[in-house]
Amino acid sequence: MNIDQFFLPLVGGVLIGLSASLLLLLKGRIFGVSGILAGVLIPRSGDTAWRVAALGGLVTAGILLMMVYPESMAVVNVGSNWRYVGAGLLVGFGTQLGSGCTSGHGVCGISRLSPRSIAATLTFIAAGMMMVAFMRAIGVLS
Amino acid sequence: MSLLVAAFFSALMFGIGLGVAGMTLPTKVIGFLDVTGSWDPSLAFVMLGAIAVHSVSYRLITKRASPILTANFQIPTKRQIDPKLIFGSLLFGAGWGLGGFCPGPAIVAAVSGVPSVQVFLASMVAGVYVHQFVNKSFLSKGT
Repeated sequence: MNIDQFFLPLVGGVLIGLSASLLLLLKGRIFGVSGILAGVLIPRSGDTAWRVAALGGLVTAGILLMMVYPESMAVVNVGSNWRYVGAGLLVGFGTQLGSGCTSGHGVCGISRLSPRSIAATLTFIAAGMMMVAFMRAIGVLS
Repeated sequence: MSLLVAAFFSALMFGIGLGVAGMTLPTKVIGFLDVTGSWDPSLAFVMLGAIAVHSVSYRLITKRASPILTANFQIPTKRQIDPKLIFGSLLFGAGWGLGGFCPGPAIVAAVSGVPSVQVFLASMVAGVYVHQFVNKSFLSKGT
């Protein structure tokens, strides 16, 4: 283990924490990506425009990263498209049923010490680890 | 207008944070979840950094009477841990391990144009609508 390995994740995490704080300070809302996305896909009156702007910010971040730090966007296909269909459906459905994802529960909720978010985060990390262990056991990961 | 600018720049910084952290790389995310194989714990520091900052700033910010640009804070108040929360989080975690993406990084990484991310993103959108349909048809009856 060396320091470099942990430095960028830590810096990225600090940026994430700061941006969630900025949204809370200015707009009074929790930075939860799955909720923001659902609010655009299933619009509720008067509460959609800021969510569209937030999605625009995420896409713009992707464009900037492509230009200045392309290594972060060097996504490698690691399986068939069906694997991503299944993964996407599970993530889309699961985050709605569970009222949040890594940002809303994992970062904002844990920071608030919300019992729901702590339970959700422990559950989805454990489920993710079990899924990867299962994929390793059946030889999908090498 | 200022609200839209606020939302845009918060999300911009958030997305850059995800990229800097390595969350946009599914192989790295799967490495973090791979505790029975070649475990790469580095992404734990993303959460550590984010929570270290936000747990302090959250307390300072919510001491204010209101946010700067709006009248009220809108923070979830529900505290009860129910089956929907746990079952939904189980499904989400399974999908996260299967594909290596959670919602934010998928939106950021879709810009790369790599087909797997776009397939994931389209399916995630479909999953949100499937939930909406199931919820309306079955789950919220009588409420």
